Amino acid sequence: MSTIVRLPNQQDATLPKRSYLNSEYGLKSWLLTGDHKRIAILYLISITFFFFLGGAFAGLIRLELLTPMPDLVASDTYNKLFTMHGIIMVFLFLVPSVPATIGNFVLPIMVGARDLAFPKVNLLSWYLYIVAGIFTVSALVLGGVDTGWTFTTPLSTHYLNTHVITAAMGVFIAGFSSIFTGLNFIVTTHRMRAPGMTWFRLPLFVWSHYAASLLMVLGTPVLAITLVLVALERAFGIGVFDPTKGGDPLLFQHLFWFYSHPAVYIMILPGMGVISEVISTFSRKRVFGYTAVAFSSVAIAVFGFFVWAHHMFIMGVSNYSALVFSLLTMLVAVPSAIKIFNWAATLYKGSITFETPMLYAFGFMGLFTIGGLTGVFLGSLGMDIHLTETYFIVAHFHFVMVGGMLMAYLAGVHFWWPKMTGRMYPEGLSKLAAFTTFIGFILTFFPQFVLGYLGMPRRYHAYPPEFQVLNVLSTAGATVLGIGYLLPMIYMTWSLKYGAIAGSNPWQATGLEWQIQSPPPTENFIETPIVDHEAYDYEWLANKTPHEVTTVG
Amino acid sequence: MHFFSPVLWQFLVKWLTEFALFPPEASAIAPYMDAFYFFLLLISLVGLVLVGLMVAGFSIMFRKEKNPQATHIEGSTLLEATWTIIPLALFMVCFVWGALLYFRIYNPPTNAMNIYIVGKQWMWKAEHPGGQHEINALHIPVDRDVQLTMISQDVFHSFSIPAFRVKREVIPGRYSTVWFRATQPGTYHLFCTQYCGTLHSAMIGDIVAMSPDDYQKWTVGSTSGQSLAQNGERLYASLGCNSCHSGTAGARGPNLAGIYGSKVTLEGGRTVTADDEFLRGSILNPTTHAMAGYAPIMPTYQGQVSEEGLIDLVEYIKGLDTNDRVHQTLNDSNFSPSQAGATGAAPNYRSRQLTGADQMPDAKPDTSTSKGMGPSPQ
Repeated sequence: MSTIVRLPNQQDATLPKRSYLNSEYGLKSWLLTGDHKRIAILYLISITFFFFLGGAFAGLIRLELLTPMPDLVASDTYNKLFTMHGIIMVFLFLVPSVPATIGNFVLPIMVGARDLAFPKVNLLSWYLYIVAGIFTVSALVLGGVDTGWTFTTPLSTHYLNTHVITAAMGVFIAGFSSIFTGLNFIVTTHRMRAPGMTWFRLPLFVWSHYAASLLMVLGTPVLAITLVLVALERAFGIGVFDPTKGGDPLLFQHLFWFYSHPAVYIMILPGMGVISEVISTFSRKRVFGYTAVAFSSVAIAVFGFFVWAHHMFIMGVSNYSALVFSLLTMLVAVPSAIKIFNWAATLYKGSITFETPMLYAFGFMGLFTIGGLTGVFLGSLGMDIHLTETYFIVAHFHFVMVGGMLMAYLAGVHFWWPKMTGRMYPEGLSKLAAFTTFIGFILTFFPQFVLGYLGMPRRYHAYPPEFQVLNVLSTAGATVLGIGYLLPMIYMTWSLKYGAIAGSNPWQATGLEWQIQSPPPTENFIETPIVDHEAYDYEWLANKTPHEVTTVG
Repeated sequence: MHFFSPVLWQFLVKWLTEFALFPPEASAIAPYMDAFYFFLLLISLVGLVLVGLMVAGFSIMFRKEKNPQATHIEGSTLLEATWTIIPLALFMVCFVWGALLYFRIYNPPTNAMNIYIVGKQWMWKAEHPGGQHEINALHIPVDRDVQLTMISQDVFHSFSIPAFRVKREVIPGRYSTVWFRATQPGTYHLFCTQYCGTLHSAMIGDIVAMSPDDYQKWTVGSTSGQSLAQNGERLYASLGCNSCHSGTAGARGPNLAGIYGSKVTLEGGRTVTADDEFLRGSILNPTTHAMAGYAPIMPTYQGQVSEEGLIDLVEYIKGLDTNDRVHQTLNDSNFSPSQAGATGAAPNYRSRQLTGADQMPDAKPDTSTSKGMGPSPQ
């Protein structure tokens, strides 16, 4: 049972004459498309825009924190900066990042379908995303919003004079965009698998997207309800959250975190799917313990719904309910640990190469391990008292969301770039970018753990001078990190025209998406594929006769 | 390095000379918290090194040049069970350890001295029972259990003392408590850690832990002359509370003497403990706190009494052992109108006070008529 790796000769590869990119021309053909691949590209462009917008705010925040005094911007401006950074990064970048771009592009091909189940709903979801973006940007242009991304009442309902309702509308609409994406993935996975593609032959990418989609569909409506209540309370004073009218301000916290904790898994699960694909491909080996990894995704999705109150340990919830939520939090940490160990074990006796996606995946494993373990600090009741609401928690969720999710996203974009565009990114530069990102990330966020234990509160415009050195280190790291993120943007754009032609399967990966031409034709498969092998079956790939590779035109 | 950036060099030197990874350990709980922190750091380090070794080791051993052929391995139930059960067991240790600390920090000892904290945008107000008022500062004695009863008068705040390793959300409309026992005299940071608007980062202050002698001196030197209970007493009279809560037979409201800490039966049969929260709630939302056996005629005082005023009232009712004391202090207290303003009492306080006292010239506590009440006041 062994596989010899034979990478295809890329010099011979040619771009196919007809693909989804050139089947139709003109702006209208893009804006009215039902093709999941084109919609994925639309998403890719729009989330990249919002990523750099949110990143610019992060840069300004770090610049302000270079000095202990509040000297670069006014306090209100600073508050708006971190609020907009949070709203944009969470709702307009992280939540749609992997599912709406990479998931949209490859999930239907992976299951052997011609498109998602509801192509028009898929397009609608992108339009909703754009409307959400317009609302958010108009809240920004009109003067910003300073509630924090958590919209905490009664601050957001009674004490602020900014465009809270506009921003909340943006998030509300973005939620529906996310629900539609999730709905599409669930139905597609259930109903549109190719003959022979059983549940346990699905790539793990599909499993993790399926789990994340369940969370999107079940969790996001609660966010929508919460935001509507905030808007009604702000506009009409209905008094659901206002204690002077008999409302309960803690109710808002419960409702908000009932969505926003599962949202963490909405963000990270698709990233985990990417890592499974990348690790397997570059070790030329089936993922160690496929079933365990698949079910750990589902376990995370299920447990993820029952841990929300761990955001409220210090908020005066009953000590015994805190006890239950802490216990469940510990349980949800276990499936993540299983995944990390299974990925590491996948490398054992593999035949490993170190292309850029693999480097990003290694980065993910290191940073996500740190992010996950520091989550145990915060899930432990007593320790949470000291650490919550400090920079420790900022560092923790950036390790998970940026160190984990963004690394996974970049791994995925590099991994499927040849499939999406038909061209390779420059290997040397992209490895440099992967290293830069990793170093910059550690330098930015590691000092924040120390700051947090020292007690520096989050969302502070000014801070005591003894915290300055660590803040300077963090800002220095952010500069490096910024360069690490700009690099791919530049060379990826460059590669659209000048990149080497990829060929249909540059990585010798086993997924169905790699068995069709790059870029794929609009209908994905010329004839419906019949699946007669397990996922990650490199034996099957090695024995596959070359003429089976399908190219149109 | 200093050729490259003198400023950065200066910072690094400064950091290395004043290297701090931990805040000062200034409370009784701090060493326990730090011990737990080291345990968590240790298991994190072990986990990280393990994953790091696996990834780096396998990458070197099984790189393509070394191992051109991958070997198919399906998985291993035994191995997977191992790395499910061992992390689970470690996380359970963290859970139990963390829970023990949590219950210790959030269950105050019964004999702790109590200080009230009111949070508002963007300052901390401390109200000592002896009548010392502070803003953005809190003076406390070392080696004594101190409980804080905290409330916000506007948005969520959070009261955090990193050197003591304690923190608790300060919530509008409800009391929350935290306690600590300072061990080292000194001045420590007080932060608001819950984002509360424009000047969130200016909502900071000093926690001054003092030796018992110094604290005694400070207490005497900074009192406003009126204890919280005395302020509450005046407010009680000026709002006319005693016209119903007179403690006499057939009074329209329940007898308040000794009510604090007792079990009371509400309209509808529910029994609750009359704690700070209950007393405050009864003043603001009487209908939802109506006690069995009394007509629900009490009006709400929402908007008429400030949070400080409510604290004064609560503090007064807490100390109310007998109705004798009500009358005694009402008649004896030296009242000056300038102090009335501070507690929100009306300028015509004196006349109302006298009226209130005149209505029940020599009322004795009559426990036989207090319906549905707790223990009899002595």
